Amino acid sequence: MPIETVIEISNLRTQFGAMVIHEGLNLKIQRGEIIALIGDSGAGKSTLMREIILLEKPDAGLIKVFGLDVLNLNEKQCLWLRRRCGVMFQQGALFSSLTVAENVAVPLCEHTQLSKRLIDEIVAFKIALVGLPASARDKYPAQLSGGMIKRAAVARALALDPEIVFLDEPTAGLDPIAALALDELIVRLKESLGLTIVIITHDLDSLWAVTDRVAVLADKRIFAVTSIRELTQLDHPWLRNYFHGPRGRAVANKYKKIND
Amino acid sequence: MNLSTLKPHCGGGMGALSKTEASLELTGDTVRCGGNWTLDGISKLERQLDKFSCSKAISFDGSAIETMDSAGAWLLFRTQQALEKAGHSVILQGFRADHSDLLHIVTNYAADIQSTMPPPCDNLLEKIGRNTYQFFNQIIDFLAFVGESFVVLLRALLSPSRIRWQALFANLYSAGFSALPIIGLLAFLTGVVLAYQGGSQLSQYGANIFIVDLVGITLLRELAPLLTAIIVAGRSGSAYTAQIGTMRVTDEIDALRTLGIAPMELLVLPKLLALIILMPLLSAFADIVGILGGMLIANLAFDVSVTDFLDRFPQAVSLTNYLVGIGKAPVFAAIIALVGCYQGFQVSGGADSVGKQVTVSVVQAIFLVIVVDALFSILFNWLGIGLIK
Repeated sequence: MPIETVIEISNLRTQFGAMVIHEGLNLKIQRGEIIALIGDSGAGKSTLMREIILLEKPDAGLIKVFGLDVLNLNEKQCLWLRRRCGVMFQQGALFSSLTVAENVAVPLCEHTQLSKRLIDEIVAFKIALVGLPASARDKYPAQLSGGMIKRAAVARALALDPEIVFLDEPTAGLDPIAALALDELIVRLKESLGLTIVIITHDLDSLWAVTDRVAVLADKRIFAVTSIRELTQLDHPWLRNYFHGPRGRAVANKYKKIND
Repeated sequence: MNLSTLKPHCGGGMGALSKTEASLELTGDTVRCGGNWTLDGISKLERQLDKFSCSKAISFDGSAIETMDSAGAWLLFRTQQALEKAGHSVILQGFRADHSDLLHIVTNYAADIQSTMPPPCDNLLEKIGRNTYQFFNQIIDFLAFVGESFVVLLRALLSPSRIRWQALFANLYSAGFSALPIIGLLAFLTGVVLAYQGGSQLSQYGANIFIVDLVGITLLRELAPLLTAIIVAGRSGSAYTAQIGTMRVTDEIDALRTLGIAPMELLVLPKLLALIILMPLLSAFADIVGILGGMLIANLAFDVSVTDFLDRFPQAVSLTNYLVGIGKAPVFAAIIALVGCYQGFQVSGGADSVGKQVTVSVVQAIFLVIVVDALFSILFNWLGIGLIK
């Protein structure tokens, strides 16, 4: 299958006031891959994601999603693009006044003309797909645990069958069991639905377990984009600290053993 | 939705963009499926499929399907299942590998999807019962809250070191001093309106001087405290609910408890004390400004000079009237502060709940203030206070 680039970022520059966040940033994301975005807190990972999904505008540069220049979109193109990108925010951002099922149904009711019965069935499918029990359907976000909120948020992001899914720290704040389950879910989604998945994460386990490639955001640009295995071999002060601290080494050894 | 205008920008390989709808074509024993079996494409098809009828054995040929998403796959599976249930034999053939994968996934979740029971609809009786139960529960809850507040208040008065002076002064400033302009303006205008309306009637009988009685008694006894209470409920009562409610949403209240700080002492007591101190003062301020407004109109429109007005005032308006008005103010203050704080603690869940409780708080506070005002009127009437000069 030919490699198809779905997101292309070139020469991106972002600054808040006098503080430059991105400078000459380039990145290509291919269809069907799981790519992780790592970097220090405050390095501009979330900002980069928000720029791709049309929530913020960069100061200079080019972002193309599905070949569309996101900085020059008319209203229709905007909507078209948004429907093809599912986003899971860090805190879930579920609508607190709606149940889980209603949350997932929001985009379906808004953007399709399907019957209520079919919408209910699609909602049930997405909720089952992310591994939420049927009893969670009629609960409000305040009644859910952290892991369930993240799953419900993933279900809502998947409601319109997007082609790209953005996950902002999917496993942060979860217990190891829930985090592992979410990792498995991510891989399963990619394999079964052929999704392109962009993850922002600090979870070393996730990096090893799910990603095809990892993009490192350091010094205001993407310093490297490659597989995690190769990344650990690179010589860069920030990467050394990241992967060769006690936590990084432990996780790396675990996965190297599994893979060998 | 017509997205065909997007097509030129996107190059090839973007089948999802074409706006062809999903289609079915029955020839002999074969149904040829085509077009886009996606969320956008299947809305018409769904209705078509509900009335679908065919011969005993049938095969679906999917080779002409351009794109398919999980919604389309589910619709196909659902149709297949319904037909099989009705005794047809159904074969799927010619589907592209990725489409049959998708069909496979959806099939795996069929049991989950179909186990969905629509949430039970509440019937009317159940709703009435539930609401009544909640209503009485709320009253008992509120009474408990009032009791707890007064215990805290009493304890604080016995040992004033428990009072959070900084919070108290901050509340005095924000609920009191900042409210002066708006209360002043509204009281002034009320005085003006009273003098105009009363004056035009009284002047028909040449009884212009009785404007003093009218403006003085209504303002001092009823309108000034009521007006002040309504403004304070809108300004400060709502703010109290929003503050405490948001703190509940973000678990800050629980954080206070774990740090050994009683939320009642930190959040409720200063507000309650501040309003009880403030309301009589604000009410007196409203009295003065309102009378000024009445005096101005009496002077300009009805030939009652300032000297005449001030001369008549002590004769027309007894001290009791003033004291009755001022005396009601702390009661109103307690109602507003307690309702505001109580509704804040009632917040559960998220942003939506905060908005709801703020509304409830303001409505309830104003409602209770007016009810209590009416009760005061009846009570004073029985006791014969201030009616006869």
